[in-house]
Amino acid sequence: MKILGIESSGHVASAALIEDDKLRAEFTLNNGLTHSETLMPMLSEMMSFSRERIEDVDAVAVSAGPGSFTGLRIGAATAKGLALGLSCPIVSVSSLHAMAFNLESSYGNLICPIMDARRGQVYCAAFKDGERLLSDDAMSMEGLLEKLSAYKDCANRMIFLGDGVPVYKELITERLKESCAFAASDNALQRAASVAQLGLWQYKDWLRKNSLELSYMNENALEDIKCFNDIVMDPDDFVPRYIRKPQAQRELEAGMLEDPGLHSLKKMNGEKHGRRDHTS
Amino acid sequence: MIEKKGKIRILGIESSCDETAAAVVEDGRRVISNIISSQIDIHTVYGGVVPEIASRLHCQNINGVIKLSLKEAGLGFEDIDAIAVTAGPGLVGALLIGVSEAKALAYVLRKPLIAVHHIEGHVAANYISHPELEPPYVCLIVSGGHTNLCIVKDFESYEIIGKSVDDAAGEAYDKVARAVGLGYPGGPKVDKAAKDGDPHAIELPLGEVSGRPYDFTFSGLKSAALNHINRIRMMGGTVNVSDLAASFQYAVVTSLVERTIACAKEFGFRKVAMAGGVSANSGLRAAMQFACEREGMSCYYPEPIYCTDNGAMIAAAAYPKFLRGDFADLSLNAAPDLRLSGSLRR
Repeated sequence: MKILGIESSGHVASAALIEDDKLRAEFTLNNGLTHSETLMPMLSEMMSFSRERIEDVDAVAVSAGPGSFTGLRIGAATAKGLALGLSCPIVSVSSLHAMAFNLESSYGNLICPIMDARRGQVYCAAFKDGERLLSDDAMSMEGLLEKLSAYKDCANRMIFLGDGVPVYKELITERLKESCAFAASDNALQRAASVAQLGLWQYKDWLRKNSLELSYMNENALEDIKCFNDIVMDPDDFVPRYIRKPQAQRELEAGMLEDPGLHSLKKMNGEKHGRRDHTS
Repeated sequence: MIEKKGKIRILGIESSCDETAAAVVEDGRRVISNIISSQIDIHTVYGGVVPEIASRLHCQNINGVIKLSLKEAGLGFEDIDAIAVTAGPGLVGALLIGVSEAKALAYVLRKPLIAVHHIEGHVAANYISHPELEPPYVCLIVSGGHTNLCIVKDFESYEIIGKSVDDAAGEAYDKVARAVGLGYPGGPKVDKAAKDGDPHAIELPLGEVSGRPYDFTFSGLKSAALNHINRIRMMGGTVNVSDLAASFQYAVVTSLVERTIACAKEFGFRKVAMAGGVSANSGLRAAMQFACEREGMSCYYPEPIYCTDNGAMIAAAAYPKFLRGDFADLSLNAAPDLRLSGSLRR
């Protein structure tokens, strides 16, 4: 079984190919270039250098979020296009879970991936020995530390990773003292190999639960597969896991959005074309 | 030049604003399918397009739209010769969906990828509705985001002669429509209301940009219309919406038509075309048609469905690029501020 992994939820752009439990290729960039310009050329180069054919890919695993809205969508649209052309499923992998998976073999420790979510919050989750302790969420670092305090006696150390670390390292160290640690640079950020490996396990798990063989998936049209869930998906239905609603929608729901009509002529005269949304 | 026997079929993908669209077009002129998923009802609540919401909806709908365009055409991916996509200008997050999807598809299907300028797409919509139309001609491009007067010298050669120095024509329509409670989008609503009004009821200024005879300005006109509304309301009166719509439309249309005809005359063209969402406006069509007949010129504009954003116009614009082998590579990026003469290849 060959799984292609795609990761563009943060600053890192990464592509990987895993065959069963062997990493065949991985290409990761963390140089600030836009994902739109790098991701597809990286994927294409990776496939040709590794002498692999894209047609042989059985499923596309994508880092589905949370993360940068624009980054997630570049990964999502890329995965949707690939899977549409290949007629294969998408495996929707939590970006935080995939990141924690970088440290999968770190038994006894609590693994806490944190991504800078702006507006004073982090996207975060927590895992220990392969089990999820906290679901993907957005909250303040203080709020997260509060939640983590419930686990301080059952874990050797709490290991933090992700792009939230440089922002909150001081605060974390001050609170947790020597019971915290931070992942080294090779494992500190998103990697498509982790997305692909986790995606492969989740895909196999789904096949087993539904008593399906890979050959069945290859021989039947995706429209005929009835047991897709929110992890193994028809590519048409896949959307990122944003966690947060668009800012304009939040304002509307909170009744903060100004009546789009009629009274505020002064404001209308000054405003620019289209509404801006700064959350991404 | 690419030698190929039989017909060339291009899949065109468009996602620059609030329409997710895909179409299959044969030989640049014959539309086999044209699927448009409009988000307008969702954005109406906000009084304008919300970029983040638009991007999310594009991502959600794009595969379905592409599949439907193939199904409607009775074709599979193997029948498609190239994949064309709008690379800019537009909302960056929205453009990125189409661009990312198109690149991934082109890669797995091993098909050429063609990057199309959104405005070039609008112009090419005329070739769908008027297969006999050939450059050179003068083209007025008017939409919610653009007002350009350009000379189409050849199929892929454009010279911008004039443009709006402030609001786009469609944008001015939106703001005035909003002020009198006609809602969004303003163009069709004002057009409809104008039918029952007196175009000379309210005197509104036809904006001019000094020393630049082919440039447009709509901010003065828009402010005058808004001030008129404000003045009447402050005096406790009610605005006659039909008269205001008719007078506003008269001023916009006159400004657009006069410059277009003057440009055609000065540069010696006998053909005048229009493109973009506002070119579906019935008042503008009638006025331009009338002025062209008076001057002995031919007037062209696309059928309404090809005036607003669609994938067919993108596939049509891609056709000459296909013939020239002008393909984009996988590093193609969305270009929100792309100029018409700018390079699109990567």
